Amino acid sequence: MSVSDVTTPSGKVDINELMERLAAVEQRVESLEESQPDDMVALIVFSGDLDRVLAAFVIATGAAALGQEVSMFFTFWGLGVLKKESNLAGKGLFEKMMSIMSPSNSTQLPVSKMNYFGVGAKMLRQMMKDNNVSSLEEMIDMAREMGVKMLACEMSKDVMGIQDEELMDGLEPAGVAAFLGESLRSRTNLFI
Amino acid sequence: MNDLHYDETLDTKGLNCPMPVVKARKKIGELTEGQVLRIISTDRGSIKDFQGWAKIGKNVELLGQETVDEDGTELYLHFIQKTS
Repeated sequence: MSVSDVTTPSGKVDINELMERLAAVEQRVESLEESQPDDMVALIVFSGDLDRVLAAFVIATGAAALGQEVSMFFTFWGLGVLKKESNLAGKGLFEKMMSIMSPSNSTQLPVSKMNYFGVGAKMLRQMMKDNNVSSLEEMIDMAREMGVKMLACEMSKDVMGIQDEELMDGLEPAGVAAFLGESLRSRTNLFI
Repeated sequence: MNDLHYDETLDTKGLNCPMPVVKARKKIGELTEGQVLRIISTDRGSIKDFQGWAKIGKNVELLGQETVDEDGTELYLHFIQKTS
């Protein structure tokens, strides 16, 4: 016995038409699901200020703990966080000046307010210690251990004359498209 | 103190945000499905933090929270179950 239509209180309905409509709905649901963001958090770390960078790493480690996939894109002053040393060899005059005047690693970062030639940053670090807050370096290690992805902006590295050897190992070189690839799939995007 | 059953305890006394959650996350990885982790914290913010984790995290459930007094220090207890 073949059934081509069903009787409902509102009259007869063609079953083929129903099937077609169902298929269309399924397709729509599928495309909607695809455009849903993933459990990802994307952070742009533009600043090289200790306080701002700390906020970035608290969010990054916290999000990773909550099971989110986290990527941090370091650009301009933010690259100072990733430096392990300053290297002057093979650099032009401006690049050398830039190197000398900027922090050579994360422990040298200034604070955004009341820095007073580094006294403010030292004070903040001491106050964090007194309050049992992990240091920035501990948080960086923690973030890496938890699989937080760290991307270093190639363009700003070039502009500022920062060489690969000056940065910590295990970073992914990236450009704007690489970052956007992560950012567009993320639920949360922050510019710090 | 309490009737909630737990299998393991994690002491995060003295640690501040985001460490209690970060350490708990690590510890929960060592547990098997269905086991309960009791976290002891002195961070007042941890109450909301663990609620947030349970809401967002896909493999954990918050079974209960308690505040107890230990020699004048408030301790916050969180009971997290690994669900998958």
